[in-house]
Amino acid sequence: MPRLTKDDTHPVRFTLNGRPVSVRVSPRTLLTDALRHEIGATGTHVGCEHGVCGACTVQVDGEPARACLMLAQQAEGCAIRTVEGLGKSDALTPLQEAFREHFALQCGFCTAGILMTLDALFSRQPDAEEDAIREALSGHLCRCTGYAPIVQAALAARNRIKGGPIDA
Amino acid sequence: MKDTVTEKLLGQSALRVEDPALLSGRGRYIDDLPVAAGTLALAFVRSPHGHAAIRSVDTAEATQAAGVVAVITGDDVAARTRSMTVGVKADVECWPMAVDRVRYVGEPVAMIVATDRYLAEDAADLVVVDYAVLEAVVEPVAALAEDAPVLHPSLGSNLINERSFRYGEPEAAFDAAAHRIGIDVTYPRSACTPIETYGVVASYEPGEDAYDVTANFQGPFSIHAVVARSLNVPGNRLRLRTPPESGGSFGIKQGVFPYMILAGIAARIAGAPVKWIEDRLEHLSASVSATNRQTRIEAAVTADGRITALDWDQIEDCGAHLRAPEPATLYRMHGNMTGAYDIPNMAIRNRVVLTNKTPTGLNRGFGGPQIYFALERLMDTIARHLGLDRLEVIRRNLIPAKAFPYRTASGALYDSGDYATALDRAVAEGGLAELYARRDKARAEGRRYGIGFACVVEPSVSNMGYITTVLTPEERAKAGPKNGAQATATISIDPLGSVTVKVASVPQGQGHRTVLAQVVADKFGLPLEAVRVLADVDTMRDAWSIASGNYASRFAPAVAGATEIAAARLRDKLAKVAATQLNISASDVLFEAGRIRSAGNPDNSLSFARVAATAHWSPGTLPDDVDQTMRETVYWTPPELEAPTAEDGVNSSLCHGFIFDFCGIEIDPETAEPRIDRYVTMHDCGRILHPAMVDGQVRGGFAQAVGAAFLEEYSYGADGSFQSGTLADYLLPTVMEVPEPVILHHETPSPFTPLGAKGVGEGNCMSTPVCIANAVADALAPEGDAPEIVLPVTAAKLAPLIFGDEPAPKEPVSETKTEDTAGGRKLTGEGRAVVQASREDVWRMLLDPATLDAIIPGSHGVRKVGETRFEADVTLGVGPVRGRYKADIDLSDLDPPNAVTLSGQAVGALGTGGGEGRITLTDTEDGTEIAYRYEARIGGKVASVGGRLLDGAAKVVIGEFFRALARHCGGGASSGAVARLRGLVDRIIKGGRS
Repeated sequence: MPRLTKDDTHPVRFTLNGRPVSVRVSPRTLLTDALRHEIGATGTHVGCEHGVCGACTVQVDGEPARACLMLAQQAEGCAIRTVEGLGKSDALTPLQEAFREHFALQCGFCTAGILMTLDALFSRQPDAEEDAIREALSGHLCRCTGYAPIVQAALAARNRIKGGPIDA
Repeated sequence: MKDTVTEKLLGQSALRVEDPALLSGRGRYIDDLPVAAGTLALAFVRSPHGHAAIRSVDTAEATQAAGVVAVITGDDVAARTRSMTVGVKADVECWPMAVDRVRYVGEPVAMIVATDRYLAEDAADLVVVDYAVLEAVVEPVAALAEDAPVLHPSLGSNLINERSFRYGEPEAAFDAAAHRIGIDVTYPRSACTPIETYGVVASYEPGEDAYDVTANFQGPFSIHAVVARSLNVPGNRLRLRTPPESGGSFGIKQGVFPYMILAGIAARIAGAPVKWIEDRLEHLSASVSATNRQTRIEAAVTADGRITALDWDQIEDCGAHLRAPEPATLYRMHGNMTGAYDIPNMAIRNRVVLTNKTPTGLNRGFGGPQIYFALERLMDTIARHLGLDRLEVIRRNLIPAKAFPYRTASGALYDSGDYATALDRAVAEGGLAELYARRDKARAEGRRYGIGFACVVEPSVSNMGYITTVLTPEERAKAGPKNGAQATATISIDPLGSVTVKVASVPQGQGHRTVLAQVVADKFGLPLEAVRVLADVDTMRDAWSIASGNYASRFAPAVAGATEIAAARLRDKLAKVAATQLNISASDVLFEAGRIRSAGNPDNSLSFARVAATAHWSPGTLPDDVDQTMRETVYWTPPELEAPTAEDGVNSSLCHGFIFDFCGIEIDPETAEPRIDRYVTMHDCGRILHPAMVDGQVRGGFAQAVGAAFLEEYSYGADGSFQSGTLADYLLPTVMEVPEPVILHHETPSPFTPLGAKGVGEGNCMSTPVCIANAVADALAPEGDAPEIVLPVTAAKLAPLIFGDEPAPKEPVSETKTEDTAGGRKLTGEGRAVVQASREDVWRMLLDPATLDAIIPGSHGVRKVGETRFEADVTLGVGPVRGRYKADIDLSDLDPPNAVTLSGQAVGALGTGGGEGRITLTDTEDGTEIAYRYEARIGGKVASVGGRLLDGAAKVVIGEFFRALARHCGGGASSGAVARLRGLVDRIIKGGRS
């Protein structure tokens, strides 16, 4: 990693949802701020900026990560995936579809992070059991739903991704 | 017109129209919206003290910092605004930014406008505020004491309002009763903490003296008047807009309004638009919380368990300022203080006090958690006292179904209900018998298992006049009556004949747009997707009134109701237009499947769009009695919401739902951790408009109540320091802590609302905390008196009740210790070190500034300012929180060369510290043993975010100090130590340490 100076901006290059991006930021700029305010990808939300709430979760090289605990410079050369990269603009993925069908979101603010965590989980573990799903979800705070519909949606999505019936 | 169309969408769980955007990262929350070019960032300097006088605010260095456009103090704000309106008659000012004095940790003291947020926060650290710390008071009962420190000297005390009420003949009822049964209840502070924090974007146009503010505000829009008055402009010079989406509120985002004022002033001074997004520490320490309350409640009870009177004594803690609409938390429930019970007599004494804590505001349940915790704990106590079955005591007192509409003692008019049937159904369908069997089995095995109950009347659609109950009837007469709850809805039809609905309901995730599309689509015989709904507000363009907004669970009963009326009016007009065009009578018109047709002849029809657009394209063909069909706006206020009477009777809410909950809780025999085994919640919220959304509201409220019951508490030290400033300190329930409740419904439609619906969003925040507490009480003490249950019910609180107090350690622990209890966040510790120097040499070193500078960790210089006084500049780090502090050190009780007491205060941007330590020196064989014992208190940001790291950090810093001292003395005979030390000091001084 090149040596960075405090008061200057420096370029950082990574792919965002498959497309190469380059942005100049100061060394202390958080990845959340770079994504949201420099690039304009506002689907990733900021809830606590200290790594507890999980709202800002993105995928870095396929692994879920808190974007608020990463400096933008740390994303150099990485493949970053955010909620904007999940589906196509006119079609929801099975996971998003299941969230809609199970009313697994209300205000939607925490949802992007939860989707990125579950998407990473199912790509690693397509047959994740409910315990593993709960374990993954335990890193996220949701104040609206009481979580039960999120668990149901995750189970339904898993079944749909596996090709089984949508209802668990 | 025939009303024979089946209403096929309403009552179904339609998929939400909001979701495709929200699931794909296309939501438009406040921080996502585009802003004007040149918009600047705003950051705040906040008080690290719970109570202090501001001697001076030095902005010189901050003003020169990179990117800074303006640095604004409380005086700058006060010069351009008026004190915010206070809801009671009291000689007190309420400024959005501190002037002269700070009264809670996190209170804004100055603000920085800069080119970006990072630079604004850098500059905020450079503002130097000189505080004279004052004694703080954080407990409401203590705040009432004769000698308590007074927050607002103009008030003379911390009691800002007191009223007593008397309904029926409470004294006679108590005299006649067989039993007088009472309890004391302490209800703590918590808050519903949405995941999205506050955000404001503001601009100012000097040519028109007009402010334009966008904020994720939730209403009530009566606050618009408070903000406009404070900004000193007419209402039409404050354009207030809300973003299309809001990341949760639960009442909390009502409290963003002081920041609308501050951002407006900042934009005015900076001459450019400004944007502020609150961070989590700011949110937890300084947004709003619910009130904490101290209550004494007594009941007059007959021999067979009938309650004939209640006597309430409530002390409400509204924090440092009485901000609008407080003390509404205390009065929202005023009409339903008798809960679900038929109790004809009641006395109430209400006192509102101010303490050195964050000001309070709206929070889901608003007043309900506090009163029902007291009332339902009392019901449990009555059953224990009389040796009766708990459910039997509830049953004997429930309002009978035939009594509705029922007027309570304090003036509420309960609209509908059948409480006994709902309760019986819950017992049967929720499996209470099975739960009893589980309890019996658990107890037979020696496990602690309890069952709790709670009955709650859930009010919704607040009477805008209820808060005036805080005034005396004479004051009310002078001020003029306040009442009603205007709801608005506009339905418009465009030239292509499609339908748009516009309401001022400002949803924060509840799905309002979907439900209103259902309401209107049904009315017009259209598919759901044919109707487009907007629910955000622009006060310069939209129909709104003081009751607008998203609070008091008013959407389904009031906003959906107003929309239903608007749709019906427009349909009546369209039926006449269609009748003319179809050559039939209006009574024969049917709206179905996107067409308007003759009921008798399906072939005689026109498309809905064609009829609907007539007023745009050929107004000349409209029937004589139809003016236009392009836009219909309805303002609806229910006549039942009258102003408080001269006798202080108040129908505080329009609708009154019913909830009956029961649960089983087991306490872990090893860890004392309580766990919900089963939770059943029965709701009567009138007619259900969207079953999945209703259940979503129930589950969401339940989860927040589980947090309030087991985890969440705004923690303050006795000095007012705030100790729960991160989500690692203020614990929210995760998927692991929230079980799925069994949800049951019993529908008795409200006769007072257009759709028969009542509110449902807040009920479990009222019923669940006390239901859990009752179950815990049953688990701890199945019979006889139960211990006092104070939320949150943690294992740490239960353990002493189960296992007894922990025995004192046999040997004194020589490590640092942290106490959260009395004196703020207190650290105590002791230790010893042996150095190779004589007592006299060590003594001299300890009194020498150069030596101290060399050995104090992170020191940037120590100055002797008096014979026994020193000043130091130090950099200290606690975990991630590293900051520079200015320290004053006093030496006292000098006993040279044997002992000395050091006391000191440290102040920095990241917090404050204070403490006292006694150092004693004794001779050993080859040197001196230094023994120390200290007590320190820490406040400000470090206490809020670094609490759990403090113990270790203190140990490290103090350890380093003595290790450095030992290094100074070490390495040879004690006689040479002074010479070596001098040499070292010389080297250090010449070496120019930073």
